[in-house]
Amino acid sequence: MIEKALKGNRAYWAWVALLLVFIGIGITGYSQQLNLGLGVTGMGRDISWGVYISQFTFLVGVAASAVMVVLPYYLHNQKAFGKMVIVGEFLAVSAALMCMLFILADMGKPQRVLNVLRYPSPHSMVFWDVMVLNGYLMLNIISGWAVLGAERKGVPAPSWTKALIYLSIPWAFSIHTVTAFLFAGLPSRHLWLTAVLAPRFLASAFAAGTAILILISFILKNVAGYDAGREAREKLVVLCAYAGLANFFLLGTEFFTAFYSNIPGHMHSFQYLYFGLEGHAPLVPFMWFSLILGLASVAVFLTPPLRRQNAWMIAAGIGLVLSIWIDKGVGLVIGGFIPTPLDAIVDYMPTLTELSVTLGIWSIGLLVLTVLLKVAISVKMQD
Amino acid sequence: MLELSSVAHGDAEMNQQRREFLKKAGLGALAGLGAAAGLFPALALEKTDLSIFPEKPMPGKTRWGMLIDTRKCSEGCTQCIAACHHTHNVPDFGNSKNQVKWIWKSPYEKAFPTASQQFQGDDVKSRKVLTLCNHCTEPPCTRACPTEATFKRWDGIVSMDYHRCIGCRFCMAACPYGSRSFNWQDPRPGIRELSDTYPTRERGVVEKCNFCSERLVDGQLPACVDTCPEKALTFGDLNDPKSEIRTMLHANETMQRKPELGTLPSVFYII
Repeated sequence: MIEKALKGNRAYWAWVALLLVFIGIGITGYSQQLNLGLGVTGMGRDISWGVYISQFTFLVGVAASAVMVVLPYYLHNQKAFGKMVIVGEFLAVSAALMCMLFILADMGKPQRVLNVLRYPSPHSMVFWDVMVLNGYLMLNIISGWAVLGAERKGVPAPSWTKALIYLSIPWAFSIHTVTAFLFAGLPSRHLWLTAVLAPRFLASAFAAGTAILILISFILKNVAGYDAGREAREKLVVLCAYAGLANFFLLGTEFFTAFYSNIPGHMHSFQYLYFGLEGHAPLVPFMWFSLILGLASVAVFLTPPLRRQNAWMIAAGIGLVLSIWIDKGVGLVIGGFIPTPLDAIVDYMPTLTELSVTLGIWSIGLLVLTVLLKVAISVKMQD
Repeated sequence: MLELSSVAHGDAEMNQQRREFLKKAGLGALAGLGAAAGLFPALALEKTDLSIFPEKPMPGKTRWGMLIDTRKCSEGCTQCIAACHHTHNVPDFGNSKNQVKWIWKSPYEKAFPTASQQFQGDDVKSRKVLTLCNHCTEPPCTRACPTEATFKRWDGIVSMDYHRCIGCRFCMAACPYGSRSFNWQDPRPGIRELSDTYPTRERGVVEKCNFCSERLVDGQLPACVDTCPEKALTFGDLNDPKSEIRTMLHANETMQRKPELGTLPSVFYII
């Protein structure tokens, strides 16, 4: 089936070529990092995780959101999602792959990555995260590919694919719960030390990931003539809107607990992110932009006359993704390190090398997604 | 006949040698395993010589600890820091982002951010206190480590295996004391005077204070304790009620850093 990815028009190859150039830039950046060490990034002893772990956290959510089409289609027989299921599964594959690449890029000794399997440590959340992420990637690529292959031959999908698909539903929740547990169990990092982190991760994932699915459905409609259908999109918009609401509600509860209790440790990170702390306020405009943009996007999604228009739907989709990317892919990880255990406020700025590696990994993910979707659509459209 | 007996004799000799070899190899392997896993304290390769301490604690029941008398610690003196960093080949890059440190001085209110800060005398407010790894009894760092590259030894020391560390820096995010450093760059060019008492590290791994476990093996006190001109640091077994450190803990009002987190630090302070 993969040969179907080798047939495409000029625009397809131009897009692939662009991604390959970005991947090349990423590899150049990574080779510099391999040669000189992680000191070439903006990370340091105080802010010891940066863009890489932030992107990882955001993308686990994107991966998990496949469940937003898989669950209604397989458990509630929502036929409207028929054309979106494979898109969701392949988006999950590429997102899970990017997650693993970001973890690898963040490691000081990537050549020792297999130590995680050689010395399995169930007390460490990283061990569980590696297990569930790999498992989720496998579940989605195997079941997605097999169902597609059966469709190509015009035969019913083998029955074992059902088992994998059903398993992938709770598995999707597990990947983002475990990712939240990476952060939520660390003492003295008050922004993360909260029981609502896992629920909030799931809510923001289902909002941003579903919004990405809506946007992809528009792209596929325009570039490939593959239309998932108005009904599918409108149903996704509703799911997206309520997931977004849940996310902002949970953020609100965080604010209440921190500021009403008036405990300094609980307030510091929020002060740093939203108001500035001791004169340090580099993220304040971004966090407010994220909050307002996110709420506005949810409002658009909840207003029937607006969400029925494609232009508004696209604008609100982009708005929600951007909002949650800033909140989760920038604020959450960086904000958790401030103030440092020794009560210092240190600002973090990613370097060009770091950003080029990030660009490279995103491009690898997009290339994998492009190829997978090209195959899927060729099969679906009997090309 | 003669030939046969010599052959038999040779066989017996070889068997004897073989048995000896197997015995030694087996013991070696066990010791190696024990040291690596910290499972068999008696077989650990880095066995601590306890002879210089007054009461010999029971292996497996020792808990090394330190008491820092901040009143005696003189302002501007950094001899313990210099001794530690030289002994352990800790690099100095003179830049705070990539800095590696095992022991350093922090302002009182930064070391104890959750302790009472109101209406104290200028003396306490301006006091600098030594900060280092607390060798917690309930270490969050070892719990977070995905490879057991950092682990708690039988004697309470939280140790590092630099050859196993994958550089994920989870231990750094988990440590509530900022006691861990990552080698953001090759540390060797940053070492001013190379010491042969402790191996250098590579870039990409985490390191921190090891309570001088390499000196304890030789029956020496930690370098910082040994160097302090004011004798402000007391080192000993916290599980031995008759040790000097326990006597001092009994006689003085002391503090631990962030005790509310339940990490049970083994480093105590007299303010």
